[in-house]
Amino acid sequence: MFRLEARTSTPAWFNLALPLLAIGATLILCSGLIALAGAGVVEAYGVMFSASLGDSYAVTETLVRATPMIFTGLAVAVAFRAKFWNIGAEGQLLAGAVASCAVGAIPMPGPLAMLLMALAGAAAGAAVALIPATLRVKFRVDDVVSSLLLNSVIFYALMALIEGPWKDSFSGYPISPPIEDTANFPVLLEGTRLHLGVVAALVAAPLIWFVVARTTLGFRIRVTGENPEAARYGGINVERVLISTALLSGALAGLAGVGEVGGVHFQVMSDISPGYGYSGIVVAMLARLNPLGVVPAAIFLAAVMTGAEAMSRATGVPAFLSEVIQGTALLAMLVALLFTAYRIRRVGTAK
Amino acid sequence: MLAPTEVDGLFSALRSMAAQGLGIIFISHKLNEVRALTHRCVVLRHGRVAGRVDAPASTTSSEMARLMCGHEIVPPARGPSTPGAAVLTLEGISTSQHSGMALRDVSLSVRGGEILGIAGVSGNGQRALAEVISGVHAPDAGKMTIAGKTVSRFSPRDVQALGLGRIPEDRMTTGLVTNLPLADSMVLPRIGTEAFSRNGLLKPDAIRAFAEAQIKAYDIRCPGPMTRAGALSGGNLQKALLARELAFDPKVLIVSQPTRGLDIGAARFIHEKFLDMRAKGCGIIVIGEDLEELLMLSDRIAVMYEGRIVGTLDSADASVARLGLMMTGAEGKA
Repeated sequence: MFRLEARTSTPAWFNLALPLLAIGATLILCSGLIALAGAGVVEAYGVMFSASLGDSYAVTETLVRATPMIFTGLAVAVAFRAKFWNIGAEGQLLAGAVASCAVGAIPMPGPLAMLLMALAGAAAGAAVALIPATLRVKFRVDDVVSSLLLNSVIFYALMALIEGPWKDSFSGYPISPPIEDTANFPVLLEGTRLHLGVVAALVAAPLIWFVVARTTLGFRIRVTGENPEAARYGGINVERVLISTALLSGALAGLAGVGEVGGVHFQVMSDISPGYGYSGIVVAMLARLNPLGVVPAAIFLAAVMTGAEAMSRATGVPAFLSEVIQGTALLAMLVALLFTAYRIRRVGTAK
Repeated sequence: MLAPTEVDGLFSALRSMAAQGLGIIFISHKLNEVRALTHRCVVLRHGRVAGRVDAPASTTSSEMARLMCGHEIVPPARGPSTPGAAVLTLEGISTSQHSGMALRDVSLSVRGGEILGIAGVSGNGQRALAEVISGVHAPDAGKMTIAGKTVSRFSPRDVQALGLGRIPEDRMTTGLVTNLPLADSMVLPRIGTEAFSRNGLLKPDAIRAFAEAQIKAYDIRCPGPMTRAGALSGGNLQKALLARELAFDPKVLIVSQPTRGLDIGAARFIHEKFLDMRAKGCGIIVIGEDLEELLMLSDRIAVMYEGRIVGTLDSADASVARLGLMMTGAEGKA
């Protein structure tokens, strides 16, 4: 007989071991699917690895792909710390993309355009996140449901925009007008797509870590998330903390959209985000809500995404495997998290 | 929790059941009840049998307390009090029905160097009283002053700034954050003050040093300030909460059920701290149901019934029987 037993403390090495364990379990579980699709498991994972991390160009492509997920991962990590269940990073990303695209299309000096794009995108994301937060604080509306459903609202608003006023009158394609060339984010490495937004994401992670770990706002976020009653009795304005958290979280998700517009697509179209907002949840959970852990977690998922496409071309395994891996990784991590609070004990017959 | 008259009723029912041949196991940390009710008694300490008492009625409570703790327990002596000016006054405070029984026209005052006990059967407005005084809920009517200043905004932060300290009734839900390090819980009410942060930036070293100093001063048993608060025992958590309030020399301290669920040694420590604070001129309100404890600690005892204060007695004039009668609503005139 086995039994789950509560732990009094969690060893520090668990923070690193658990995500690695979850990723290992995920790859083993998914190898069955690769075999079912008729490909060699080692070969398929090999192609996946070399296409995503095998050479310097592949690495830059993976980093470019990881950038929006670093932002959405940070957005989710901050929100979940306060137990503000922001499932709406996808919609906040789209809002950020639309706002930054609108600003980027206005002729002005490049650096100013980029700054204003970032501000507008962050503000748009924050404004969207404010809706579920306000509904929860004022009317006790469940934030999981409201933030999730808002994603569809924002998506169809974006569609209406690019099918309507923003539609390309030349080609008739549902894509927005491009931003000004001067507003395109500079590329840092000749011959790659490694843009300024990648650096911004890599700087944002330690910055958000600092906010959570070393500021009074971060303290209030942590305490409110763990015990809102104690926070309230301790003089913390719980409602204000939730609103501040939502604004910060939405702004980060909005920046994910800014990076995609300014650094990758230079315009808005319907598939500007292949679910980066939802991937942010997986990233944040793999990182155990630690902003510093968000970077490697996002890079892992990005490698899976870029690698899966190459694997599909080389071995014929459908590229959907990338989404299966994401989902399995989330489930594996949730199971692994159980072991931070519990240990498995063998229960013998009592003497 | 039962009123003393209800306890008598329960005991007579148990006695008659035992007389009819039923075996009864009665588990309690209330020594006088164990002595009054049981025929035989087994004392447990740290999961082992620490002693057996064959005739509980003829042993003393202190002998049983010694078995429970493994050492002698000397009840603290409450010296004569020299109360100063009023440090907390409530005038005509009434509340709406926010959590259980509402308050109706409650007036009371506590002077510096005085302990005021609030007796009553649970659910007669004690919670609302504690929440108003702690600034968690604003009253609908009435006036409150702390150290001579009228409270204009009811918020935990504002009343704390005026000099109020508070030990909550429910340590785990309203006092501490069990999943975070103990140090976080110990600085929680004052995180925004100069002591622990500046311009929105935490002072991690100051937070840690404060927690370490209090752990040492109050002999809080734990591996260190970064231990998860939830891993500590009830007595050590209560010490931690006491430490975090007393470190800032409150002028008034409000405590609810200060020793509920604590072993006798930890309870004694808490009592001694209250008496120390009283000697230093702090005014203390103790809300409790343990009348023996209230009688031992308090200079005066007010009794609450259905949201009102039905009477206030000097503890010299009070007895368990008299307080018990007042708690059931019988008018408390001498």
